[in-house]
Amino acid sequence: MLDDSFEVQVDEPAGPGVPAAGSILYLDGVSVSFDGFKALNSLSLILAPGELRTIVGPNGAGKTTMMDVITGKTRPDEGDVLFDQKIDLTQLDESEIANLGIGRKFQKPTVFEHLSVFENLELALKADRGTFATLMFLLKSEHRDRIDATLARIGLADKAVQRAGSLSHGQKQWLEIGMLLMQDQRLLLLDEPVAGMTDSETEATAQLMLDLAKDGTRSLVVVEHDMEFVRALGAKVTVLHEGSVLAEGSLETIQADAKVVEVYLGR
Amino acid sequence: MTLHPSLSARLFATDDRRLWWGLGAAALVLLVVIPALNLLPTPGSALHVPNYVVTLLGKYLCYATLALAMDLVWGYCGVLSLGHGAFFALGGYAMGMFMMRSIGARGVYGNAELPDFMVFLNWKELPWYWMGFDQFWFAALMALLVPGALAFVFGWLAFRSRITGVYLSIITQAMTYALMLAFFRNEMGFGGNNGLTDFKDILGFPLAQPSTKLALYLLSALVLGLAFLLVRFVITSKLGRIMMAVRDAESRVRFLGYSPTHVKLFAFTLSAMLAGLAGALYVPQVGIINPSEFSPANSIEIAIWVAVGGRGTLVGAVLGAFAVNGAKTWLTGAAPELWLFLLGALFIAVTLGLPKGLLGLWGQIRRKEVRDA
Repeated sequence: MLDDSFEVQVDEPAGPGVPAAGSILYLDGVSVSFDGFKALNSLSLILAPGELRTIVGPNGAGKTTMMDVITGKTRPDEGDVLFDQKIDLTQLDESEIANLGIGRKFQKPTVFEHLSVFENLELALKADRGTFATLMFLLKSEHRDRIDATLARIGLADKAVQRAGSLSHGQKQWLEIGMLLMQDQRLLLLDEPVAGMTDSETEATAQLMLDLAKDGTRSLVVVEHDMEFVRALGAKVTVLHEGSVLAEGSLETIQADAKVVEVYLGR
Repeated sequence: MTLHPSLSARLFATDDRRLWWGLGAAALVLLVVIPALNLLPTPGSALHVPNYVVTLLGKYLCYATLALAMDLVWGYCGVLSLGHGAFFALGGYAMGMFMMRSIGARGVYGNAELPDFMVFLNWKELPWYWMGFDQFWFAALMALLVPGALAFVFGWLAFRSRITGVYLSIITQAMTYALMLAFFRNEMGFGGNNGLTDFKDILGFPLAQPSTKLALYLLSALVLGLAFLLVRFVITSKLGRIMMAVRDAESRVRFLGYSPTHVKLFAFTLSAMLAGLAGALYVPQVGIINPSEFSPANSIEIAIWVAVGGRGTLVGAVLGAFAVNGAKTWLTGAAPELWLFLLGALFIAVTLGLPKGLLGLWGQIRRKEVRDA
């Protein structure tokens, strides 16, 4: 569905070649303001294919706004947002971006409450999204196998026919992660995936994230407040503060950083 | 067209066998018992179903098809259209134009070229948009295509701009109101205030004859049954589940890669075409179509039928259309001044006390019986 019209020239020549070369996600100088409040202030971030990245930051640091910009919910006032080196995400809407291979789990778990757990996964299943294709869609046995495998993986196999609205908060989180898996996306954005989970559930989620990142075909961006979870992921951490990147590095480096300590503890 | 075996299996699959028994029984009553009781017993006997009741039921069947169309778009897709009466009326006008042309030289002025009201207005020739309406196939096609095209264009503009909820309801009201004002004008060429009436026959069958009335009634029952199967086919598909997802969490659907605009446009357009079909069957049975069919109150009434029966159930929409219109026929005869108050009270009572309508009430009673047993 993509044609060349979505390709853009990146304006500043930052060294030889295309600056976004070799990245799966490239944000450069992205700014967004709401009624004068700068939610994102010249944010830049580069994610390599297959990378697992955690993003931390105090409330209002712009974490969710950043995800809104990447997934097409919010248009940036300025800056480049490129997927897979050359696709300009600022020109596409939410469903077009989802079909490119970017999936998102929301901070507040959002599942289709009146549909069953199985049907929630069926809608997420990677298949033709066209209106007539969905009208004539038939669930084949390989589809059923994929859904069953995902149900087992997210621990909801015995709840397949239950209404999603009747699940607990933690189970809804898992269902939403399951929906991301069904979509088979290349870039996963997870906004606070372990909020409201018990310690054992949190551990299991961390393991799942590591499994997903392991084979290098997917890239993950995880926004989280839970430091235990961030530690368990053991990935590169980006600290956001007032809409831009404050620090970047391993968790140990970050925690030793005087600026970060001040932002988190200084007031 | 034959359905793929598993598509037809999906259509008829249900965890509730009583649904199909109930539908079978309803079909038997509507298609066999009532016609037999109309034709066989002598008029005046206790078992005889008089002709006026057949026509009345035929009207209700058209309303029920209209209610099904409303349930598809409101109950399943979450789009509360308060302008569905416009699509119904447009379908009715298309059929009315055909019957108008069929009058030929039998009108008051004996003009074979022009309908009476055009002669009265001193028009010399038929307007271009009346061309083709002397052909039944053309009029029937227009009864589907004109409402469908209007819904498509209107829906495309509204859904693309992400107009939802009460705002959408308000602009659909404005749409039907604007059409009503337009059709009131004589210059529009649709008979103005009086609309189209004095029809003589349809496809050569005199409309006054009881056998024609019975045939129209049977056709309405058949169309209701086919509309039910069609809408059920849609809502049991994956597209149907996407509609419900759009109804419950529209923005989430976008992040799964579906376009809510396309989904709603499909439901709205299909629904409008079904409403047009219902209107086209309605007009030959009541013998008149005029701009009052576009009145906003009519469209609101359709939503009340569906709410009373239970939205998002299909069967509820049909039941609601019969129940409310039955009550209306009875009360406008018995105590006409009370009807509007009762309709308003009914809507408030259902909204506050029975969010799932009559069908939901029945389910509650059944569950209570199971508990008490």
